[in-house]
Amino acid sequence: MSVRHALLALLSEGPKYGLQLRQEFEAGTGEVWPLNVGQVYTTLQRLERDGLVESDSEADDGPQRVFRATAAGADELATWLRTPPDMSSPPRDELVIKVLVALRLPGVDVAELVQAHRRYVVELMQQYTRLKADVTDGEVPLALVVDAEVFRLDAIVRWLDTVEVRLARRAGDPAAAGAGAVEATPPPPPAARPAWRPGRIGAPR
Amino acid sequence: MSVLELRQVSKSYGTGPTEVRALDAVDLQVEAGSLVAVMGPSGSGKSTLLTIAGSLETPTSGEALVEGRVLTEMAANERARLRRRSIGYVFQDFNLLAGLTAVENVSLPLELDGTPIRAARRLAREALDELEVGPRADHFPDQLSGGERQRVAIARAVVGDRRLLLADEPTGALDSVNGEAVMRLVLAACRRGVAGVVVTHDAQLAAWADRVVFLRDGRLVDATAPRPGPESLLAPGAGS
Repeated sequence: MSVRHALLALLSEGPKYGLQLRQEFEAGTGEVWPLNVGQVYTTLQRLERDGLVESDSEADDGPQRVFRATAAGADELATWLRTPPDMSSPPRDELVIKVLVALRLPGVDVAELVQAHRRYVVELMQQYTRLKADVTDGEVPLALVVDAEVFRLDAIVRWLDTVEVRLARRAGDPAAAGAGAVEATPPPPPAARPAWRPGRIGAPR
Repeated sequence: MSVLELRQVSKSYGTGPTEVRALDAVDLQVEAGSLVAVMGPSGSGKSTLLTIAGSLETPTSGEALVEGRVLTEMAANERARLRRRSIGYVFQDFNLLAGLTAVENVSLPLELDGTPIRAARRLAREALDELEVGPRADHFPDQLSGGERQRVAIARAVVGDRRLLLADEPTGALDSVNGEAVMRLVLAACRRGVAGVVVTHDAQLAAWADRVVFLRDGRLVDATAPRPGPESLLAPGAGS
């Protein structure tokens, strides 16, 4: 979450005080991201240094100081809004790593392990859904934040379902079944892998 | 007393080498006012569980009880009456009768059960009002949107004095916002005292339930535990 750009967005509506910015930031993010006052003022100082924000120079550094966005700040905000966040390199996903490790270990019941993770994620989804049940039509920012989290967790459950299907399919394969216990296929040598370079695919143009 | 109770319910189709065990020693209790989701992949036995709970099929072994009565010990006509009076079904494809209006679809099960037409129509309109489709009561199914059709189907499933609501992928044909609206209504129906069971492969749908049980190869292998309320998610620093 870019606090810097969120503050620029709030200032594009008109001049504001630091404390006011903090309150509006928290309200605008469905109060899911708490922000301390120190963070607000440090960020404002940097924005001012970069010429994106200006304030009444004669006023003191206290809470009475009013900030406003400059033309350069408005341009910066417009560019940021249209720049896709970098999602080209897969995150180091701890759950994926755990399942991959489990596949290699003898004597691990992978289906049982997958179910333990699935249960945990579904329990979290139940909590978010209970939250959503209480969200009114007027609370669009909160609803959107909760939706995003529910979709993210749902993707994890679908991935776990896919793990189970792929393993079952492999178990049903006579060649794989003949090998006995769940045994990992050794990874192909580096040369055999596709020329896939994280950080390049889908990079913002 | 549970509205629905399954005791060691097993169901097999075929015999000998071709025998397929769809359900294997399933225990499940659903109380009035609560919604339970049965989550599992296709072929895990979800639909069989629902048809046994709805007395449309009998278990090979074990017992299914609705409101404390063992279904297999009831006479066929008694079971049929129980199905009409106490059990409501919601399906993915709505199953509304195309030649009947929304209100006629909803009142039909009551009329079949002997409720005078005037009283049945009044109850049906009340149910449609509660599901916010009252103004569409005199429309035919093909004049309704998918979300409206499913609301009518839920009204039909809860109209009168239904005690048990059985739903099979009820949001399958809907987009996520309409699906969410349907689940709000299912949950609201449960909160008014109905026991609900929804079977699904969809975690987003299952997450509306008070309890999620996981079905694999006909066996209930796991269940979610009650967790602290959603407020813990929003505590400062939570999830960071």
